[in-house]
Amino acid sequence: MSAPLLTVCDLEVHFPVVIGGMFRRRHVALKAVDGVSFELHQGETLGIVGESGCGKSTLGRAVLRLIEPTGGHVVWLGEDLGGLRAEAMRQKRREMQIVFQDPLASLDPRMTVGDSIAEPLITHEPGLARAEVRTRVRETMARTGLSPQMINRYPHEFSGGQCQRIGVARAIILQPRLIVCDEPVSALDVSIQAQIINLLARLQRELGLALLFISHDLSVVRHVSQRILVLYLGKTMELAGRDTLFQASRHPYTKALISAVPIPDPKLERAKRRIVLGGELPSPLAPPSGCVFRTRCPLAAGICAREVPAIERIGPDHQVACHRWREV
Amino acid sequence: MPAVLEVEHLTTRFATPEGEVAAVSDVSFVLGQGETLGVVGESGSGKTQAFLSIMGLLAKNGRTTGSARFRGKEILNLPAKQLNDIRGVKLSMIFQDPMTSLNPYLRISRQMTEVLVEHRGLSGREARERSVELLEQVGIPAARSRLDLYPHEFSGGMRQRVMIAMSLLCQPAVLIADEPTTALDVTVQAQILELLHELRREIGAAIVLITHDLGVVAGLCDRLMVMYGGRVVEEGPIEAVFEDPQHPYTQGLLHSMPRLDQGKAEQLATIAGQPPDLQALPPGCSFNERCAHAFDRCLRERPELRRFAQSRLKACHLDRLS
Repeated sequence: MSAPLLTVCDLEVHFPVVIGGMFRRRHVALKAVDGVSFELHQGETLGIVGESGCGKSTLGRAVLRLIEPTGGHVVWLGEDLGGLRAEAMRQKRREMQIVFQDPLASLDPRMTVGDSIAEPLITHEPGLARAEVRTRVRETMARTGLSPQMINRYPHEFSGGQCQRIGVARAIILQPRLIVCDEPVSALDVSIQAQIINLLARLQRELGLALLFISHDLSVVRHVSQRILVLYLGKTMELAGRDTLFQASRHPYTKALISAVPIPDPKLERAKRRIVLGGELPSPLAPPSGCVFRTRCPLAAGICAREVPAIERIGPDHQVACHRWREV
Repeated sequence: MPAVLEVEHLTTRFATPEGEVAAVSDVSFVLGQGETLGVVGESGSGKTQAFLSIMGLLAKNGRTTGSARFRGKEILNLPAKQLNDIRGVKLSMIFQDPMTSLNPYLRISRQMTEVLVEHRGLSGREARERSVELLEQVGIPAARSRLDLYPHEFSGGMRQRVMIAMSLLCQPAVLIADEPTTALDVTVQAQILELLHELRREIGAAIVLITHDLGVVAGLCDRLMVMYGGRVVEEGPIEAVFEDPQHPYTQGLLHSMPRLDQGKAEQLATIAGQPPDLQALPPGCSFNERCAHAFDRCLRERPELRRFAQSRLKACHLDRLS
């Protein structure tokens, strides 16, 4: 296989947080992302799943240095982005774009759609003639399924699905090589979700894009991804090829997550054995010792409280962080 | 199965500066005692507004016509004083975001015992005991010591459990749950669904589950009602509707969901176009602009909800959808 487009190595994002009252103030580190590593190749989609607070959005932003990582490396085409100054990093972002969850909130309500889509182009190619900008915007609109006649309309005149198309158009107009998709369909109705998923898949094929697809929805992630990374409290639980993950997961958290997804079929859903995890996500300010998942894990044993499980490679496309993966 | 709630020709309109919004149009259904009804639709389908209308909880600019009878007694447009003998007592509703329905300034104990003292004539002490029992029943650990906490001291899933416990205070005959798990993580959603399963067996209340998630209704409901553009477009026993959806919209919804239990499709089926604009619904069938099967009659004439097989209804001019 060719060299990866993106290599993320031991990435850490720790936020300093002050807790306690006036006399018991303490500084603690909130470990939003804690030692995550993966590679991403051209044209590939890596899905990142986990529940709220697992660090998946922070991870996506840290890769683009929209949030400054506190440790580890992000290597883009062999070059460590950590050492780059702001201006050099800005140049790199031409090739790395992001699509956000809330399509309406991420657009400026006072800018026409045409101006919004043109904005990244004008920022990165300030010398471009107006007519050329207009042409590129129209092409991009057509490519993302928006009628170019709507170029002078405002965001509020569009539905949620169309606004997300505008978000995608903004992301692709610079012809990037990587798009971080942060819950891009979570705010959309079911029938519109499918339209946006198909759009992203088509653009990926046509433009050879790599996607980091962040979502809490396992069904959607399975549909779009070749490989999937499962996060819990900022740590990697499992990283595997799609089919391996769904058919031969070796992590109790992944298993529970998969079994918790309701299947839209009354017979299967009622016959299914659901693993219901007890409790809820622990506070990220006071994560459990050892394995962070152990407080909810049906297989937790003594060692899980004492030692942090290392990420083990157990197959060609399969890594897992669990002391007891052999018994899963 | 005797009916607890009979709704006929329920129609809700909102007056707005931009014109009238047809939120709910001519909705009729019967809810049997102890039955679980799923109501599915996308945003703007009228699924929530229909039940807010029944509960008398509409915004000021809304008005409702038609009929809603609880055990034979008309409750639509009742004066608040009379409605309050039924609302929250016999008919309870829980919402997607428990934080907006709980009073942030009051301890849970106060919010729970007040209802019991007011509506059921319990003494303060009895009310506390009953509240603890209910919190235990919905799976809140150490319920007694958490009774005097404030809503913000609970996590999202626990807050939803508190809401459910509160809705059960007066042993309602009907529990209306509006997207009860949408704001929750999937592992916590699984816990709440499990709880609703148990409650259904234990309390014998009829449950209305309003959701956009077909997976959620599949496990829990006996019957399914699909809404689009403020109208019911299909209704029937849950297994029959999933196995053989007979309205093009229902079929489209089922096919456009990526599913964990099936091989991966190359491309997802989609429903073309955008959700309907309730201020400018097209003439004829509201779904006609997005329907792959539409023919000239669909553009002219609105299809009535009709029975096409045993206990199955649809609002579509097509005889049979393969």
